[in-house]
Formats: sequence, structure tokens, C-alpha cells
Amino acid sequence: MEHIPILKMGDFLLVTIQVDMHDRLAMTLQDDLTSRIVDAHAKGVLIDISALEIVDSFIGRMLADIAAMARVLDAETVVVGMRPAVAITLVELGLSLTGVRTALNVERGMDLLRKRILERLADDGPA
Amino acid sequence: MTVLLSDQRAVQTAEDVVAVRQAVRQRAVELGFNLVDQTKIVTASSELARNTVQYGGGGTVTIESLEDLGRRGLRLTFADSGPGIKDIELAMKDGYTTAGGLGLGLSGARRLSNEFHIHSTPGEGTRVTITRWR
Amino acid sequence: MSDRSKTLRETIEKDEAGILERWIDKQLAAPSFRSDRISKTELAEHSRRFLSSLRQSLGSGTPDVQSPAWANVRQILEDISVSRAQQGFSPSETALFIFSLKETLFEQLNSELTKDPTALAAAIIDTNQLLDKLGLYTTEVYQTGREKVIVRQQQELMELSTPVVMLWDGVLALPVIGTLDSSRTQVVMENLLQRIVDTGALIAIIDITGVPTVDTLTAQHLLKTVAAARLMGADCIISGIRPQIAQTIVHLGVDLGTVVTKATLADALAIALRRLGLTVVKAATTGKRRPDGEAPSAPSDRSED
Repeated sequence: MEHIPILKMGDFLLVTIQVDMHDRLAMTLQDDLTSRIVDAHAKGVLIDISALEIVDSFIGRMLADIAAMARVLDAETVVVGMRPAVAITLVELGLSLTGVRTALNVERGMDLLRKRILERLADDGPA
Repeated sequence: MTVLLSDQRAVQTAEDVVAVRQAVRQRAVELGFNLVDQTKIVTASSELARNTVQYGGGGTVTIESLEDLGRRGLRLTFADSGPGIKDIELAMKDGYTTAGGLGLGLSGARRLSNEFHIHSTPGEGTRVTITRWR
Repeated sequence: MSDRSKTLRETIEKDEAGILERWIDKQLAAPSFRSDRISKTELAEHSRRFLSSLRQSLGSGTPDVQSPAWANVRQILEDISVSRAQQGFSPSETALFIFSLKETLFEQLNSELTKDPTALAAAIIDTNQLLDKLGLYTTEVYQTGREKVIVRQQQELMELSTPVVMLWDGVLALPVIGTLDSSRTQVVMENLLQRIVDTGALIAIIDITGVPTVDTLTAQHLLKTVAAARLMGADCIISGIRPQIAQTIVHLGVDLGTVVTKATLADALAIALRRLGLTVVKAATTGKRRPDGEAPSAPSDRSED
């Protein structure tokens, strides 16, 4: 069975989606990520979709679900690299993914993750 | 109006959904659609292909390149002999879903297309046609 | 029909050059012929191409001018229609191209089939139907061609009238002037998102001072644009909300969600800069006015006095 590789970078996990995923592969990714977040005690997840030419409602739902599951596991998620044509189409489709944080690229995404994690620490106080 | 090129493919499995996306993309590129319009029709085809597999028990898609008075278009017809849709109006509402999806498939496909037609008979099947013009 | 179209095809084949010459003469003699707009050579060339293509398509055996067998003929008519439109001919002047051919063909059929009135009648009816369809096609293509020009001009106007301006490093401004319909929104979204990618902007200020009214649809279009920018990692602020617009928004029950709105572009810029962690500070001065009346320069900026 195919899996999309998940890289560990310090406290963060980085997923780069480079293939046109069929639905089963997307579900496998969701399962794999959830397990890895727990195993690695990850504080943040970066999903790079800059290679995706299409994001339909299924993939959109997957992204929103990953963000929600990560949050339950106390990790922040940022989706990066959405292409303009994809963003316009998603909005037209009726999906604004309001629960999902986004950034232009991996670098910005990391900055955002670090900022968010610091903010949460300030809110919750030290563990 | 003329049909310049017509191609029919099976839409039975999750892999077929990916293949349909790629075939539609290729046809859209050949017809000279701009990037945003390409993305819209390919995304719409993904939604409808998935519906055909998930709700229709599998079916077919007919991909047609059209020419009408000098302008080019792409028409997709998804057909299945599944259970059909009892209440089309309800099915077209945003958020309505019977299988835990987002309920945006039909309404989304309509918003992403210039023309949208749906015909469904409970017990016989469903046929959805979308067209995008250049 | 294939039998009957044979008659016309054979008639043309017997004397294509003669028919062509008589047809061209008819067009040149027509009162609406504009020698200043189109040259005789060009007219002759169009006519020759068309007649030849017509003869070939007649050999296909189908009278359906929309079928692939007639694609060449349609293409030539499109080319001619477009060039006539550009040269300033009216649709009926353009269609004259076809109708003058009709006359020539009738005359030819008449001289060929005088001995066979039944065949003559049938051939005339078919030729008439065929050329009428082609004449109508020419007019329709002419119309579509004109519409395309209008659409293209509208597009260019839309692009020109929604510039995206970089106010500061990371802050884009989009002054919208005029109504925001769905096609304009598409252009606006594409422009804005591309600029976000190019500049890496984190904040986009959409200024609607120049938008006369905001109804539910316009509000939807605005919200779509905001949502799309957000997906690219940029937050939007809507500025230029006039009092009447604020009233309309409330009366219509439009829900702007979490979008921040400000009355002026200046207020929006202040917020944007603050969000980026920037402050504007007045430069310290030495206190002395320069001889030419200019304000004193900052200590670190010693220019020769």
C-alpha cells in the first residue's frame, strides 16, 4: 500500500503532497499523520500542497479534518503553497476552509507555526 | 453546435476518479482553456466522478469537445444506473449529504460550470451533464 | 439528397472558372461594394477559396452544414466574416457575399437544365436552402465576432480599472472603482492572488470607496475575494465603507463574518502596519530651520547647507 512520506523536523511534521491522490491514499495519509503526531509528540504540522493542481471537496475535507484532529492532539496545522487557481476554485466550490491556517510557503508556514505555538503557551501558561 | 471529439470512460473505482481528472485536464488544455477555467472544470469532474462511484454504484463519463459558432466548449456527462435521487432539490442544497461527505458535490459542480443539467429516476439511475465554454 | 447535391456539384465543376468570374462581377457591381474598404484582389481570392471549398463539401453527400464535412466551408466563412467586420462592413453587406453567389448559381443551373424543368426546380430549391443556411451562418458568426471584441475590450477595461498597489512591504491595496459583478470579481481575484504570490503580502486592503452600492451579491463577491486571499495566507481589511453602505449592509442583513472593516484606507493602513509590528515615528530634528525655509534635517542626515 502506498503512503505519503511524513518528515520530522524538530517539533514539527512536514508532509509534501506531490501526487494526484485517490481517496484511499488521502485517508491513509490522515491515519498516518494522526499516529505520527502522537509518536513524535509533534507540536505542529505543515502540509505543503504547492504541487496540487486540484483540491476538491474530498481533499478539502481531509485538510480540515487533519487540522481538527491535530488540534485535539494539541498540535497546530498550517497548509502552505495553495495555488491561486486552486484557491479561486475552492471558494467558488463553497469551501473556504475557515478552520485551517494557511501560508504562502514552507518558510512562512514555519514562522506561523512558531508564532502560534508561542501564543498558545502564553495563553495556557507553561506545561 | 458540433461535437468535435467524444470519449467515454468507466467510472467505477477511486483510481478511475483520478484518471477522469487527468483526462478532463488534458482535454481542457487542448481546447485552450485558461488555468482557472481548467481548474474549475477538472474539480467539478472530480466531484461528479466521486458521486458516480460512491452513490451511483459506478458508471461512465462521456467527455465531449464542442464547437458552437466559433467558440469551444467541454461537456461532461456522468451516468450511472444506481438508486437515483428522490429529491433533486434537496440533493442540490449545500451541505446536504447522505454519506458523511461535505454535501457540495452537485451544487459545487453547478457553481463551477456554465451549464448544468441533472436527470434522475429513483430505481433507474442518474445522469448529470456539465458544460464549460471558453 | 446526395443525388440532388450531385447536380449542383456537377454544374459547378463544368464551369467553375466561369461561375467564379460572373460571381465576382456581380459583387463588384453591387451598390454596396466598397472599393475603399476591400480590394478586388482580396474579394476575388475569398470568392475563389469559397467556391472551391463549396464544391468539395458538396461531394460529401450530406447537406448538413454543421457537420464535419463542411468544416472547411465554415472556417472560410468565419475568416471572411471576421475580416469584413474589421473592415467595417455591416452584417448584411457581409452576407451579400453568399447571396450574390446564389443568383449566379441559379443562372447557371437554368442554362444547364432548361430541358429538364423537374430537375431544375429540385436543384434550385436545394441550392436555395443550402446557401440560405450558409448566409445565416455568416451573419451569426459576424455577430459572435463582434461580441468577442466587446468582451475582450470589457476584459481589458476591467483589468485596467482594478490595479493592485503595494502600499508597503507586505501590504497590498486594491481600490475597486465601479460595480463588482461576477466576471469583474474573477478578474479582481486572479489579479490579487497573483500579486500576493509575487510580493508575499500578508495583508490586502480592499477599498470600496469607488463602489456606488453594495447589495447582497456585491457583498458575496467581496467575501469570496476575502476568502480566496485568506487561503493564500493573506488577511483582508475592507475599507472605504461610506455611511450609506454601512446602513445598506445592516438592512440587508449581510454578514461580513470576521472581516475587519474600516471607514478609510488610512485607518486600514494604520491597522495593517500595526499588525506587521511596524510603527511610524516622527524623525527627531535639530530645531533650526534651513535658510531656504525647508524643515530642519534629522541629525543623521547632514546635508550641505
